[in-house]
Amino acid sequence: MFDDFFIRALIAGVGIAIVTGPIGCFVVWRRLAYYGDTLAHSGLLGVTLGYVLGFNMSFTVFVISAIVAFLLLFLQKRTKLTGDALLGLLAHSSLAIGLVIIAVLTSIRIDLMGLLFGDILSVSTNDIMLIWGGGSVILLILFFIWKYLFAGTIDYDLAKAEGMNPDVSNYIFTILIAGIIAISIKMIGVLLITGLLLIPPAMSRNFSISPKEMVIFSIIGGVMSVVIGLFGSLEFNTPSGPTIIVVSMLLFILSLFFKRGYNNLRIKQI
Amino acid sequence: MQQNKIKNNPLVKLENAGVYRDTRWLVRGVSFELYRNNIVTLIGPNGSGKTTTGKLILNILEPDEGRISLNTNRIAYVPQKLSINSTVPLRVSDFMSLTEHISQSKIIEKLKLTGVEKLYNNNLIDLSGGEFQRVLLARAIAKNPDLLILDEPVQGVDFQGEIKLYKLIKEILDEINCGILLISHDLHFVMSSTDHVICLNNHVCCSGSPRDVAQNSSYIELFGEQAASTFSVYSHHHDHLHNQDGSISK
Repeated sequence: MFDDFFIRALIAGVGIAIVTGPIGCFVVWRRLAYYGDTLAHSGLLGVTLGYVLGFNMSFTVFVISAIVAFLLLFLQKRTKLTGDALLGLLAHSSLAIGLVIIAVLTSIRIDLMGLLFGDILSVSTNDIMLIWGGGSVILLILFFIWKYLFAGTIDYDLAKAEGMNPDVSNYIFTILIAGIIAISIKMIGVLLITGLLLIPPAMSRNFSISPKEMVIFSIIGGVMSVVIGLFGSLEFNTPSGPTIIVVSMLLFILSLFFKRGYNNLRIKQI
Repeated sequence: MQQNKIKNNPLVKLENAGVYRDTRWLVRGVSFELYRNNIVTLIGPNGSGKTTTGKLILNILEPDEGRISLNTNRIAYVPQKLSINSTVPLRVSDFMSLTEHISQSKIIEKLKLTGVEKLYNNNLIDLSGGEFQRVLLARAIAKNPDLLILDEPVQGVDFQGEIKLYKLIKEILDEINCGILLISHDLHFVMSSTDHVICLNNHVCCSGSPRDVAQNSSYIELFGEQAASTFSVYSHHHDHLHNQDGSISK
């Protein structure tokens, strides 16, 4: 019925949405929207280096994202600049370096549109294994640090005072964001990964009354966005990344109308 | 109580502790010990280093000078400020189990103690300041800590509730045998229920039993004559005497 590439894209996309749901919730809760954006922008540099050095793209994206993340922590301690200024600095410098390298090395041909907006045609069986394998590892780690990370998300001092080691869980979470960007950059694209991280949790917040609910609804919203988005992309011959994000935005708009009724229902039930 | 002290190590011991930030000492030269079944209270004007001292003990801040030894890891904290990000859907019941799993029946029991059991299913960000403070206190108690650090625990609580909560803090002490470090502006309570008062103004101004502190000239200088006289109103009967260094004699 469908071509193989489409089935592969569906499997890959659903895998990504299952991981971006819970990670995205923490990104929203911790006000890290621009942080995710910065790591994603640096992804272009990662992709370029992957081509130049002949490494797997996801690996170099992961390494560069992790380096940028720790550079940020370093600069925060070293300078008096605030987080948003440093994030902008890192995002645009790494994006620019990536673009300059692409321009200089005329020998490498990179599909820039595909990198920026994602390309379902490019998803291979290896990519699927990377997404599901890497995604499982990310979710497993998140499961184990959940309690610590969540306590630190609510209040750093409280978590630290009561032995929750918020610093350690923060570092691990930083690596996890780099990981999710690395495995999903090919499919969703540099510019739109943060959209998939943020919009389903934003939608989910409108009718969730507990953190766990919000995570579950984020996963459902993300999977729906991917599935509907991919069918739409096939039907209308649009790029996969933007189509998925458009669907998630539509789901967000719908959630605004369900908000009240749902909340009232839940509270009466209890 | 004397025997208790000899048998047990102090829960917390500060030796000449200080924190230096941006060209000034936030607090310096703080030494005291906190034992089980004791309430030590920090008083002092704004910016005198009360919260900083609390954070030193909690390991949130590292001392730039001196030593802090902590002999327990069962700690509960009621911070002075806690702002919940409204994007986190967090019910009171979820918040109660934030750093340690606590059973539903125990959560309800402790919320009842602070008078907010009806808020069990409410969203944390919809609570009033006073309600939130009661939830914070209930959460800290539910952890059955060895050491309870309360930073202005009744701020925003109505007058009736304030008296009740202070009474509750006294009761907790007897019930779970913990040590309490209280940071408070409420001189009435401090003077009536505390074992040891430390008056801070970036350094230890004076310390000792409430009676001693109230009569100390530097305390009177900091808080004024009227504050000193509040002590007489709330003076209570002692079966023992507190010495200046915090020890107790019959």
